[in-house]
Amino acid sequence: MTDERRLKVFLVDDHAMFRAGVRSELGVHVDVVGEASSVTEAINRIAVTEPDVVLLDVHMPDGGGRAVLESMRRTHPHVKFLALSVSDAAEDVIGLIRAGARGYVTKTISPDELAAAIRRVADGDAVFSPRLAGFVLDAFAARPDVPVADPELDQLTNREREVLRLLARGYAYKEIAKELFISIKTVETHVSNVLRKLQMSNRYELSRWAADRRLV
Amino acid sequence: MTIRGDTRRTEITATAAPTPTRRLYRPRNPRIIAGVASGLARHLGIPVIAVRIALVVLLGFNGLGLMLYAAFWAVVPQEAPSGEPPARRDLAALVPFAAIGIGVVLLQSLVGGNGVAAGTVGWLIAIVALGAGVIWHQSDPTRRGLGDTTPQAPWLAAVVAESDRRSFIFRFIGGGVLVATGIIGVVAVYAPRGSLSAVFNGVIFALVGLLGVGVVVAPLLWRTFSQLRAEREGRIREQERAEVAAMIHDQVLHTLALIQRNSADIKEVQRLARGQERSLRNWLYKPAASPTERFAAALEEAAAEVEDTYAISVETVIVGDTDCDEGVAALVAAAREAMVNAARHAGVQTVSLYAEVEADELSVFVRDRGAGFDVDKIEESRHGVRGSIVGRMRRHGGKAKIRSAVGDGTEVRLTLPASREGITAGKEAAR
Repeated sequence: MTDERRLKVFLVDDHAMFRAGVRSELGVHVDVVGEASSVTEAINRIAVTEPDVVLLDVHMPDGGGRAVLESMRRTHPHVKFLALSVSDAAEDVIGLIRAGARGYVTKTISPDELAAAIRRVADGDAVFSPRLAGFVLDAFAARPDVPVADPELDQLTNREREVLRLLARGYAYKEIAKELFISIKTVETHVSNVLRKLQMSNRYELSRWAADRRLV
Repeated sequence: MTIRGDTRRTEITATAAPTPTRRLYRPRNPRIIAGVASGLARHLGIPVIAVRIALVVLLGFNGLGLMLYAAFWAVVPQEAPSGEPPARRDLAALVPFAAIGIGVVLLQSLVGGNGVAAGTVGWLIAIVALGAGVIWHQSDPTRRGLGDTTPQAPWLAAVVAESDRRSFIFRFIGGGVLVATGIIGVVAVYAPRGSLSAVFNGVIFALVGLLGVGVVVAPLLWRTFSQLRAEREGRIREQERAEVAAMIHDQVLHTLALIQRNSADIKEVQRLARGQERSLRNWLYKPAASPTERFAAALEEAAAEVEDTYAISVETVIVGDTDCDEGVAALVAAAREAMVNAARHAGVQTVSLYAEVEADELSVFVRDRGAGFDVDKIEESRHGVRGSIVGRMRRHGGKAKIRSAVGDGTEVRLTLPASREGITAGKEAAR
């Protein structure tokens, strides 16, 4: 959460109007070092501009955000990705998170919140929209009929569940910390742990969501 | 194949044939072997098929057809290249004529008693070869749909259209002949005595019969099948397109028109855009569930109503789903009341709605970051809170807790113990 250095942010979205809007909104908070409107353009230019955080659209004509993530993750592990989309479909959200995005927000997010989310992602933490928190609660729902292969990865702790519930209820990290009498750092740790589980767990719901993303 | 060739020919003569005198040529196109038959047909102005059949039948007379063909091949000059790329020779087109030819030769030898293939088997093979040749020629795939491709020669289309019906009759007769052959063969062979060779012959005849049926039916079935499939796919695509178009027309265009008309009224524009967004989202991503039957759908409908009425946005997150009953309906109604209060008094643009279906209880949270109020003072006087939220929940065995402070937003927490049936905790209907 330090502000001594302005973060370098890269925008990937196939709508020029949206890119322009985000650029002007974010200009006061961060340096927008580049834009791309397609997957190949994004892959080439991110390698050149070396941003801290990439704002990544889910749906693009030539493969979408997931294609960018998959090709960048190995070559540029220090670049953090924050998914930004109009879509609320579970398979899109989970698919991108599992491909390596550090967070997910919807395009209706306010500029200040977006800037805060970028900073959080750059610091190595995770960002969950309320709806993503809802998805995760859903995917990790305690169901007696589902065998748990790896309790460390396939189950949420009670505390993590509580944090997610508050996120889904629209609480900010600060409010969650206050509500649960823990520090903001602890909230961030819980959310990061949930993100890790979301990325690594082999729970059926997750793999299915990640697999069948054949929407428009 | 042959008819398509003729079409090209008519095009050429219509546009680029200045010489009035007709000379006998062997055209490069269409041709099966050397173009003798089509050259003759063109010169004499008769269908090429007639020439071909005549040649094949003449084969039977000591190979007269073959000799004639060879003579014409040697004597008649080949047509000069017309510029268009020569069509590839379709040797498969030779098969039916070869079959017919074999049949004719066999018949000839049987009638003449040369003893090449005497006896029943010879006759049967001759008949089968004839039938199969006729059928395969008739079911040539290029003979279909020619009406569309021959605008310059309508007569051709008529012939083709007719040949469709004709080919069916041909096929029918051919098939009948083949099947009958097989059956007669089986009966004839079985009748005398049950020796091993008789059984063997019987099997062969049965196979011939089956083969006949297959030969007759297979191309027809295959063609019908692929046509049906193409048609159905086309219809489905068309239907989907029509559905999308109707939706866009009824909703999106309508909303855009309203937005343009109300462009001065920001609140109205926001309300319209939000409503349209919601309906598009539902249309794209969500299976339709009845709000009167399912908890999640009912809650979403309530949130949508509040959004529409008060021009705010309700961020809805619902985990799990369950069937509706009286208690659940009361919970939804109380949640709606809480959202309405938030929309009217909080003075904010966004209200968060979170609902979770757990094994033991249903909970709903309505939260805003707005003005807030002093709970102790206001609860006594406001009917909305006391009657519609707290009292309603209590009547149905649930609880309502309101937490608020001036300047610090409001949260209404509603819980309902789930002692009913039909709860599906977790995924299923959640989105």
